[in-house]
Amino acid sequence: MTTATAPPPPAAPRAKRKGVLGTRPWVAACFLLPALLLLGALVVYPIGYSVYRSLFDASGNGFAGLDNYHEVFTDDRIRTALKNNVIWVIVAPALATALGLIFAVLTERVCWGTAFKLVVFMPMAISMLAAGIIFRLVYEQNPDRGVANAVWVGIHDTFAQPAPFPGAHPRPTGDLAAADGGSFATKSAVRAGSPVALPLVAVKPEDVAGAKEAIPAREVAGKVTGTVWMDFTRGGGGTAGKIDAGERALAGVKIEAVKDGRTVASATSDSDGTFTLPSAADGARLRLPASNFASVYNGVEWLGPALVTPSIIGAYIWMWAGFAMVLIAAGLAGVPRELLEAARVDGANEWQVFRRVTVPLLAPVLAVVVVTLMINVLKIFDLVYIIAPGSSLHNANVLALQLYQSSFGTDVNQGVGSAIAVFLLLLVLPVVFVNIRRIRKEREGRR
Amino acid sequence: MTAVDQGVRARQSLSARIAGRLGGGLVRLFLVVVGLLWLMPTAGLLLSSLRDKSDIAASGWWQVFSHPAQLTTSSYSTLFANDKVTHSLLTTALITVPATALVILIGALAGYAFAWLDFPGRDWWFMVVVGLLVVPVQVALIPVAKLFNALGIFETTIGVVLFHTAFGLPFAVFLLRNFFAEIPRELLEAARLDGAGELRLFTRVVLPLGGPAIASLGIFQFLWVWNDMLVALIFADSGNPPITVALQQQVRQFGDNVDILASGAFLSMIVPLAVFFAFQRQFVSGVMAGAVK
Repeated sequence: MTTATAPPPPAAPRAKRKGVLGTRPWVAACFLLPALLLLGALVVYPIGYSVYRSLFDASGNGFAGLDNYHEVFTDDRIRTALKNNVIWVIVAPALATALGLIFAVLTERVCWGTAFKLVVFMPMAISMLAAGIIFRLVYEQNPDRGVANAVWVGIHDTFAQPAPFPGAHPRPTGDLAAADGGSFATKSAVRAGSPVALPLVAVKPEDVAGAKEAIPAREVAGKVTGTVWMDFTRGGGGTAGKIDAGERALAGVKIEAVKDGRTVASATSDSDGTFTLPSAADGARLRLPASNFASVYNGVEWLGPALVTPSIIGAYIWMWAGFAMVLIAAGLAGVPRELLEAARVDGANEWQVFRRVTVPLLAPVLAVVVVTLMINVLKIFDLVYIIAPGSSLHNANVLALQLYQSSFGTDVNQGVGSAIAVFLLLLVLPVVFVNIRRIRKEREGRR
Repeated sequence: MTAVDQGVRARQSLSARIAGRLGGGLVRLFLVVVGLLWLMPTAGLLLSSLRDKSDIAASGWWQVFSHPAQLTTSSYSTLFANDKVTHSLLTTALITVPATALVILIGALAGYAFAWLDFPGRDWWFMVVVGLLVVPVQVALIPVAKLFNALGIFETTIGVVLFHTAFGLPFAVFLLRNFFAEIPRELLEAARLDGAGELRLFTRVVLPLGGPAIASLGIFQFLWVWNDMLVALIFADSGNPPITVALQQQVRQFGDNVDILASGAFLSMIVPLAVFFAFQRQFVSGVMAGAVK
């Protein structure tokens, strides 16, 4: 698949090409008519009409001058779209091209490189709608369903210890009460030599499955001791605040002794629920920090307001990195091997060869890829419209989406819609001249 | 292996060679991981589409590896029992095939004229057509909607076909003209001396010789139109839309419709993927030639 059958290379220079022996202009007109008719009516005329329409108000009757353009740059929603488009145009082509370059260079040395290229290039063939649905599934918030969060939570929980008893709290009547930041603290100060009771309820059954029975802490002179346990007797009965028979110990709970806002000592409860603090804790209040009770980590809100645009850019890169890779691989095939070998003989390592020889030689191809992707990204619509859920659609807004909404969607004002259309056209206009100049040059080279 | 190559090998120290091996291994590992990463989203869609709606709501698709009994085609049964969806596939075909055929035919006629016929301002006209390559479809949405309304073809299949044909033409003309221009002059002159008329020359000499370019163009345009959503969203009959729009109409209730969406999305991908795998070379060359689009 790497060898493409592009149009054959230009033949040897020839005299200015003439028509084949005496055709009359009207014959040519017949050949051209269908194309020119369609292009004129559905491409050229609309450009003119859009420019004209953009100067009128929503109803289309009142002349509005440049008001619509003014609105494009002041309306909040459209400003969000502009801002997002800038992010898209800078980030997406750069990342897709960088990945394409890396893949193209690395696959050259692997015999199954073609299979790899096929896999990465494949998303190019499917619709943005299908890709959108695919990534709605990937970015599903619930880590049990969305693979992105499943992986993310897996990594997170490997490095951050999950809280031992999420959701647990004391009874409202006891000595323990809610303190700042989701922690709990004793109202009274604790004394060395008199064991402290720290009863908690609302512990999830699966968190105490297999836990030992709680026992009262021993009195130790000069030290603060106590017990953390689940103050709930299965099957009813028992007294609140007392360690009744059969009540479970809560192991691994962190306890801090706080004096005047400073933590002076800390301990962790044993498997029987008891803990021992040094004498420094005498007269302090005991605090159970929030990290004991934090709810289960639920992963990243990929499609929430803050991350929705980067997430959709991720889906775009999945689709288009293959495009960059294939074009760059074709360019790479044209790089003379002798140059690379010469650099290696001169003692350059692989990175230097890549950085100083390969990349500069590929610069023209890289430029074409980046410019193509930029034009493509300016017009991005389907992916955003499908992936962004209704609640963050505004945050993910882009020009092409706003144009659709302004023209046919939720906030119709075809004057503004036309102004956005003209603005988009102006943004791609420089490329028209680049293309024409390139073709002119080819022509001249041929003559 | 070239002599230079061997020379370099010989000069490498043992440690450098070990590092090279290790680097090669890392490169392979990296590529395998990236390849799996790239496959995973599509695999997720396929496996999701093969699970029951309640299973999709309860857990992720990777659960099928530990619970293979979950695999079922019930989502596809639901999908095919839904008239609207089966009909939308037909509509997609009815849009895609004519739009592809028309672009090839009209583009080839014009490409031939630009390559081989004499008329005033030929190069200038060609520049104009090339200039139209990058015009975003968005520019034409409002004006063409008005125009189609006046002509009575707004929200019809004909309208969608005409729109796709028009916007496919600049690329078609560009690609085919460049390809036709490389046909040896002698071939055309010989046919002309044999008394072939302009039309005969076009159908008997130019079209057959243009085969590879026409194939690239056809595949490119076919995928483009098959995968389009925006144009169909506006110009197609919303009561009888192509598959992309039919699915898009369900997306806002994503959770409720996840079974239809997953199976429908996969179904809509089968044809493009089959075309892609069958005609990779032509597709790639179309993409490369179309890099200006």
